[in-house]
Amino acid sequence: MTAIAWQRRRATAARFWADFRSHRSALVGLGILLFFGLVAVFASVLADPAGLDVTKATAPAHAAPSAGYWLGTDQNGRSVLTLLIHGTRVSLIVGLAATAIAIVIGTVVGVMAGFYGGWARSTLMGFTDWFLVIPFLPLAIVMATVLGASLLNIVIVIGVTSWPGTARLVCAQTLSVRERPYLERARALGGGDWHQMTRHILPNVMPLVLAHVVLTVSVAILSETTLSFLGLGDPTRPSWGYILDNAYGTGAMSNGEWWFVLPPGLCVVLVVLAFTLVGRALEVVLNPRLREGP
Amino acid sequence: MRGYVLKKVGWSIGTLLFVVVFNFFLFRLLPGDPIGLYTRGRNMSPEQLIRLRQQLNRPVGEQFVEYLANPFASAINSTRFNRPVWEIIGERVWPTVLLVGAAVLAAALAGVWLGIRSGWRRGSRFDRITTGTTNTLYAMPEFWVGMMLIMWLPFFPSGGINSVGVSGFLATAVDTLWHMVLPVTALAVVYLAEYTSIMRASLVDELRQDYLTLARAKGLREDLVRRRHAVPNALLPTMTLIFLNLGFVIGGAITVEYVFSWPGLGLLTAEALRGPDIPLLQAVFLLFSLGVIVFTLVADLLYAVLDPRVSTR
Repeated sequence: MTAIAWQRRRATAARFWADFRSHRSALVGLGILLFFGLVAVFASVLADPAGLDVTKATAPAHAAPSAGYWLGTDQNGRSVLTLLIHGTRVSLIVGLAATAIAIVIGTVVGVMAGFYGGWARSTLMGFTDWFLVIPFLPLAIVMATVLGASLLNIVIVIGVTSWPGTARLVCAQTLSVRERPYLERARALGGGDWHQMTRHILPNVMPLVLAHVVLTVSVAILSETTLSFLGLGDPTRPSWGYILDNAYGTGAMSNGEWWFVLPPGLCVVLVVLAFTLVGRALEVVLNPRLREGP
Repeated sequence: MRGYVLKKVGWSIGTLLFVVVFNFFLFRLLPGDPIGLYTRGRNMSPEQLIRLRQQLNRPVGEQFVEYLANPFASAINSTRFNRPVWEIIGERVWPTVLLVGAAVLAAALAGVWLGIRSGWRRGSRFDRITTGTTNTLYAMPEFWVGMMLIMWLPFFPSGGINSVGVSGFLATAVDTLWHMVLPVTALAVVYLAEYTSIMRASLVDELRQDYLTLARAKGLREDLVRRRHAVPNALLPTMTLIFLNLGFVIGGAITVEYVFSWPGLGLLTAEALRGPDIPLLQAVFLLFSLGVIVFTLVADLLYAVLDPRVSTR
């Protein structure tokens, strides 16, 4: 029994990979993500974390790129490359952790609303719609101000403000899964609500959520960059947005210090683009209805 | 139809109420001493301080009812500017409307055009290039685009809305337009991506419809099939989504105004952050939410009027 199940799972995975591989842009995205993932994991090996310490910076401030400092230095004489490498870690962690929070909240709300229906659905979806309408950035700014600047708070703020999309998607999907015969069978065999939700509905909703997760990460990273740029990030954990904030604050643009402005933004664009490409491809692979057929 | 309108209006009012409640309680959770923050660096007699503290010592319910009675009360002072918040906001609204209006208009026109061209010839070279470009533009933070523009186009003014010493209506208008070029570009470039992909997607949705086959069977030229049949139908959801995305536009306006020191609500928000100037932040948040709620309502109602397929029951 289990052997057959595993065989089927392996076949599905192989088919999924073959499907995914046919999207060339998705492979490019995956490559970019792999690169940044490695940079994040080996950040401390690639660049000495001591280079983040303002008091230990020895180079002149605002220096142009040179052999010792490939991407020049910031206003405190820290290497921009070191900041970038360690910023990768912060941006990715915040993006992934915030997405995890958003997905958990969104999935719980969506499954509950879709499964129970009736007033539970109207209440929960009404709440979701409220969150969907409130403009994201002002809400995030207000919450970040109230909570104070720290890495964890940024994660919470982004996570708590970006779940409504997931909740809507999951709710719609749950509604359609709920009516299928195998759930009737589960009910007839005496399966409780919890059993039905975790064993039957979640596994069927998850593939769609997966594509959504990847797209949510890209939005979360953009949000982190924006909040840090506005000075709401953790000042002790430099991220890409923090570098841009410093560049703006010290007049890097009017002095033409391209090495201070261009690279952090480029990193954001590459990572966000990569997540978007992978997410779009996943969407098409997992949801054949989206295919723009002939 | 009347039921539909009532339902939508009721929902909007409910949402607004939620925002007001949220706005009130969230700021009550703020750690620290609001009175200390409020009176820092000012000459105030102890009696005045005691009176202010007594105001905050009243039951939360009582304070809430008072706030609910008039969230737009003019008596609330900004801690940073030491003037009524709504007076400051009143001065800052028009620059934002000008900036956002120009950017959205430019982005919508160009985006719809690009979306039609790439959606109609799906999979063509033009489509592939457009989609790739829009994906990339979509990944860019607006403020970073703004910073790059300032750095690489130094002959444009890098901030503000007017130069010093310009007078006369025409001269001022031209000067303002000149100052608008970069911030509008920074905003429009990112929304262009958004609108292009929306328009493309809704046109692609229409491509498979039978009425297009019928139009072709009637012998209409391809050009006419597109212009008279496909585009009008695809335009409808696009227009609605443009309205609905206003919340997203506000986010962009905050950072772009900050980068270009554009004296609008976005810059005001960024300024209110440093401090933080709680009364001002609260008021700006309320105003932004109100704006988005109103536009959502308008979009919903317009959609029902324009598209008879929408169920209005």
